[in-house]
Amino acid sequence: MKILVTTKRVTDPGTKIKLKADGSGIAADGVEFKPNPFCENAIEAAISLRDQHGGEVIVVSIGPDEADQTIRSAVAMGCNRAIRIDGNDGGLDGDLVARALAKLAESEQPDVFILGKQAVDGDSNQVGQLMAEYLGWPQATFASAITVTNGGKSAQVAREVDGGIETVEVDFPAVITADLRLNEPRFASLPNIMKAKRTAIEVKTLADLGVETTLKVRTTRFEAPPGRQAGKKVADVADLVQKLRNEAKVL
Amino acid sequence: MKRPTAFLDVQLDATELALRQNARRFAETVIAPNAHEWEEAEYFPDSLFRTAAKAGLLGVGFPEHLGGQGGTVMHQMMVTEGFIHGGTTGVMAGLGSLGIALPPILAGGSDDHVSRFIRPTLAGETIAALAITEPGAGSDVAGVRTRAVKDGTDYRISGSKLFITSGCRADFVTVLCRTSDDPHGGLTFFVVEKGMAGFSVSKHLQKTGWRASDTAELAFDEVRVPERNRVGAPGSAFLTLMKTFQAERLALAAMGHASAEFLLEAAAAYARERKAFGKVLTGHQVIRHRLAEMATQVAAAKAMNYAVGRRVALGDYLVAEVSMAKNFASDVATRIAYDAVQILGGMGYMRESAVERIARDVRLLPIGGGTTEIMNEIIGKTLGI
Ligand SMILES: Cc1cc2nc3c(=O)[nH]c(=O)nc-3n(C[C@H](O)[C@H](O)[C@H](O)COP(=O)(O)OP(=O)(O)OC[C@H]3O[C@@H](n4cnc5c(N)ncnc54)[C@H](O)[C@@H]3O)c2cc1C
Repeated sequence: MKILVTTKRVTDPGTKIKLKADGSGIAADGVEFKPNPFCENAIEAAISLRDQHGGEVIVVSIGPDEADQTIRSAVAMGCNRAIRIDGNDGGLDGDLVARALAKLAESEQPDVFILGKQAVDGDSNQVGQLMAEYLGWPQATFASAITVTNGGKSAQVAREVDGGIETVEVDFPAVITADLRLNEPRFASLPNIMKAKRTAIEVKTLADLGVETTLKVRTTRFEAPPGRQAGKKVADVADLVQKLRNEAKVL
Repeated sequence: MKRPTAFLDVQLDATELALRQNARRFAETVIAPNAHEWEEAEYFPDSLFRTAAKAGLLGVGFPEHLGGQGGTVMHQMMVTEGFIHGGTTGVMAGLGSLGIALPPILAGGSDDHVSRFIRPTLAGETIAALAITEPGAGSDVAGVRTRAVKDGTDYRISGSKLFITSGCRADFVTVLCRTSDDPHGGLTFFVVEKGMAGFSVSKHLQKTGWRASDTAELAFDEVRVPERNRVGAPGSAFLTLMKTFQAERLALAAMGHASAEFLLEAAAAYARERKAFGKVLTGHQVIRHRLAEMATQVAAAKAMNYAVGRRVALGDYLVAEVSMAKNFASDVATRIAYDAVQILGGMGYMRESAVERIARDVRLLPIGGGTTEIMNEIIGKTLGI
């Protein structure tokens, strides 16, 4: 089995981010970066499928030089090859990322392309779906379990949907996006981190892939959400109903 | 607040940064959710040793060909910096007991010991402790009175050991014994195994901090130990100890700067949110200045530890410098613990807050692994003051 898998460098969701004064983006100094947790689930799934069924895992990320560190941590977890598509967050949107990855998928021809269901910075939740559409491949998003069926020709995927678990079967080549409960990503050991440091990362440009770089999404301004207002205490149910009707006007 | 120590990250290579990130993820996902429960229970499950080994975080600093993860004291510091985010240094201390128990055995150089003690411990299958301190001998190591007497091909060991980290659950203990009356030249290490007749845990001790780590008083009553459990030549222990103490002290120094940084971040975050007299605490100049001083101290302690650690990682034997690093980081951690609790006010005194816990934990740093006074003796002697 040949598996392509993504990783993305995101701002640590645990740290409080600050916006640039002019609202043009997020202030990057002093910010710590981490691999996107959903991508780590995707990598874990890819590696364990490879370990069960043989084959290779190729990790890909779109980002600047600094993304190499994130890519190397995927290699340290066990990916066989690594590709970075050179790009800067400012010049990307979900659609362009999906088109670039689709091009890569066309040239690499994997059996499965596994991605995180979304990146925890932008939380757009678009890339896997768009890419599947561009490729004309079946997709199974929000996977919480993956079982390879038909002697490696398809997979049964349990999807977390509102109200329960839906199971779908997708024929390969297919796109799968990973949810948090899919697995517990392994920790890379120091010897593997050392080895990953020496792994060559193949760098491609968007031009190499023949991708048109116009964006569909234009960012005008970043704004912090308004601070939460303090709550109110109500005396009893009657008071609550009265307030919902007359103050909040929702009844 | 920007991280006041971000400028020091440029001294770290990619493997060190990656390891720190791994250790932090482990601490946040595996340790932090249980920290309060384990601290209150004064224990954490034995299975955590295996979990940590599987994650590649137990044997950092030990050679790969002996079952370790490779790496240097700098990599060990990275694990400490990541582990602090578990919100307990007790768990770290408990998991870390092999870091002091195995090096003397390694120095002994026996293949039999590698397969029976080193490998299974680095794999998290067995738990190891180091027993030097006794009721009558702490700082004065040469005052050790636990005796090992030759008896045919065996030794008989009698005496007691105090304050032994992981001692209650250890599968084996590296025990410093007296084999002759020569104060320094008469000391020898033996490995005493759980289940050997006459060896028992006399007490699970209760402590101010490091509560999740078990600390034992151990009794040895004519314990018959085969000669093959002797470590190195008779009388070799004191020299070994002088060397292995360096790594232990550097580890405690790292625990100092990591704890201090954790406390600083927690106090700063609290001060930015908490309001008093119509403004957030950071709106009061006194608090801002206190945080600024704390940030300066943390950065200085960490820079000192990195500078010494980097040289030690390259193989330098730096006795005075390691002692200076330990003293400085311990002092900084102690002072910042006081300040952080002060900034949190009553909340800093409450059992469920990580600040309260770490603030208690750091009191150990100027005591364990050689006290501040003993470090100063060593610094004075080594520098020829
Ligand atoms: C939580 C915890 C875990 C520990 N874990 C271990 C372990 O795993 N294995 C182990 O073997 N030990 C362990 N210890 C013991 C620790 O190493 C000793 O407590 C430490 O070395 C100090 O010895 P002591 O407590 O006997 O103090 P003492 O030596 O009695 O010292 C008491 C005071 O006198 C001062 N003093 C002593 N000599 C001098 C001098 N010459 N000049 C000036 N002042 C002096 C000391 O600095 C100290 O302030 C642990 C201790 C604690 C608290």
